[in-house]
Amino acid sequence: MAGSTASLRAYVITRLLLMIPMLVILLTFTFLILRVAPGDPVSTIMGEHGDQTVINRVRDELGLNDPILVQYFTYLRDVFTGNMGTSILTSKPVFQEVSDRMPATLELTFASMIVASLMGIGLGVLAGTRRDRPADFGVRFFAAFAYNIPIFWLGLILKLVFAVNLGWFPVSGRFSPRLMPPPTVTGMYTIDSLLAGNLVDFADAVDHLILPSLTLGVVLAAFFARITRVNVIQMMNSDFVEAARARGIRRSSVFFRHALKNALVPVVTTMGLTFALLFSGAILTETIFSFEGMGRYVFLAISYRDYPAIQGAVVYYGIIMVVISLLIDIVNAFIDPRIRY
Amino acid sequence: MATIYARGRTSMAGRLLGTFWKQSRTGAGIAVWAGILVVLAILVMAILAPWIAPFDPNVKVANPETPPGGSFPMGTDRSGQDVLSRIIWGARVPLSIVAVSTILSLVIGLPLGLFFWYKGGRADRLLVLVMDSVYAFPGLLLAITIAAVIGRGILNISVAIAVVYAPTYFRVIRNHVSSVKQQTYVEAATALGIPRGGIISRYILPNVSQNVPVIFSINAADAILTEAGLTFLGLGLPPGIPDWGFDISLNWQRFDYSWWATFYPGLFILILATALTFVGEGLNDILNPLLRKRAPPPAGGA
Repeated sequence: MAGSTASLRAYVITRLLLMIPMLVILLTFTFLILRVAPGDPVSTIMGEHGDQTVINRVRDELGLNDPILVQYFTYLRDVFTGNMGTSILTSKPVFQEVSDRMPATLELTFASMIVASLMGIGLGVLAGTRRDRPADFGVRFFAAFAYNIPIFWLGLILKLVFAVNLGWFPVSGRFSPRLMPPPTVTGMYTIDSLLAGNLVDFADAVDHLILPSLTLGVVLAAFFARITRVNVIQMMNSDFVEAARARGIRRSSVFFRHALKNALVPVVTTMGLTFALLFSGAILTETIFSFEGMGRYVFLAISYRDYPAIQGAVVYYGIIMVVISLLIDIVNAFIDPRIRY
Repeated sequence: MATIYARGRTSMAGRLLGTFWKQSRTGAGIAVWAGILVVLAILVMAILAPWIAPFDPNVKVANPETPPGGSFPMGTDRSGQDVLSRIIWGARVPLSIVAVSTILSLVIGLPLGLFFWYKGGRADRLLVLVMDSVYAFPGLLLAITIAAVIGRGILNISVAIAVVYAPTYFRVIRNHVSSVKQQTYVEAATALGIPRGGIISRYILPNVSQNVPVIFSINAADAILTEAGLTFLGLGLPPGIPDWGFDISLNWQRFDYSWWATFYPGLFILILATALTFVGEGLNDILNPLLRKRAPPPAGGA
């Protein structure tokens, strides 16, 4: 037992240390893509016919006239000291802008993860326990299509039906303009309004979150439904479930305590990587629902070649992805003692 | 020796083909055939576009936003162009991008997965780390960044998408290779002193290559969605080229009024991506039932 705790600790520490090279690789990759590629950010902002001396001064200020290696190390140093520079487009600190918008995206992503898990695991269990019966075919059919729906298209349809035509949900935005947003603690309106004890605000924030998170969650739900189904079937046919049944343990107990618990392990394993899928989809979902998060920000930053903003955003995304996958790997290591370095 | 190799290879291919035919009437077999038929139909539609499209896709042929009916079964869009003709022509871009990008990522990912495993040691570990970092990063975001930097054009989007999907090939191939590597027959071949190149080409590659069609079609489905996402965001294509995702980006603001100009292009994206998934999943069931457990989650896309 002591040995297993020690190896778990070793695993967590190794995994923590691995975060650093992963981040450096990500940073290098971004740097290379942005700096080596043709095109000049300053001329993009100031127009083709901007004053050459002004352009040169701005380039000097941004360090764009330095040798590429100097730029690279300055960039790495800045990132690790928490200095993400100033947006060329808005002249505001990138860190500030990104911190203002990331909570919206995280709120959307977490809500979608909840939708996807509940829906996906529910459907997967339904299909897996009723193998080759109509419910199973229904779920498989749904999963095959839902997995391939273009997110933005689904968002538009849901918006047209439930917001425009039926009027059940708000059409866009994160919060009703008639209400004052709750005082900022986490930046996520749902959590902040609960912390402030304001249920009206909370209901409003949830109302705005339902359609976007449903849009983003359905695709992932299809994915979860598929893995859950396969694993439930496998577990229900496994020797230990048969043994538990033979011992006369109740069906429901066999299912929940033996089969389901084991069937969910692969779902948890894939969760870390599926966050990347959600972040990608969030860019499209935010566009459709005018949900002011990171997706919109990154898109604008990229369109204008706002290098500091793009870099800051990528670093931010990178850190969040690395932390999330770290947490999920640790959870996995707890669940499955075979996962060790 | 040579005869043994030869027999090994034909029986391999023969066995795969045999299983495939035998499975033709099972659920998986039907899924594959249905998927292949739909993909082929869309391909034929794209190739024959100049002859079967009723109108020039880039010309105003009626009042803007004419509802479906009469000579415009899918209506006209905001610019008065025929939606059906744009859909027929619009199949060309996603199909070419998907073909080019999946082949590119295969060309990058497969050899890296095969050979770096053999190198082992630091080079292998570093490559795994690099590939994992790319793999863990939101795919669409990466594709947007690359597409924005290298500029518009079909080849450019293909490169952007290929970079996103190359790690999938690398991971799957490398994992598969490391499990094949431990098989007794590979150990035996090594003990017999067969050079590494020979082992790779005669034992490892045939074994690993059965995964390729599966990853290929599943990735192709993902790539369709990523391509649509990119063009929907207005990136990647020069104006004037009909493309499903791009057409949605031109019309979606008017979705509540002229739904047809947005609905039909999206429907075709869904149909093509689903058909490709059917091909991939079906092949997966037939060729490699064990792979299912290890199949990676999608690398990104929308």
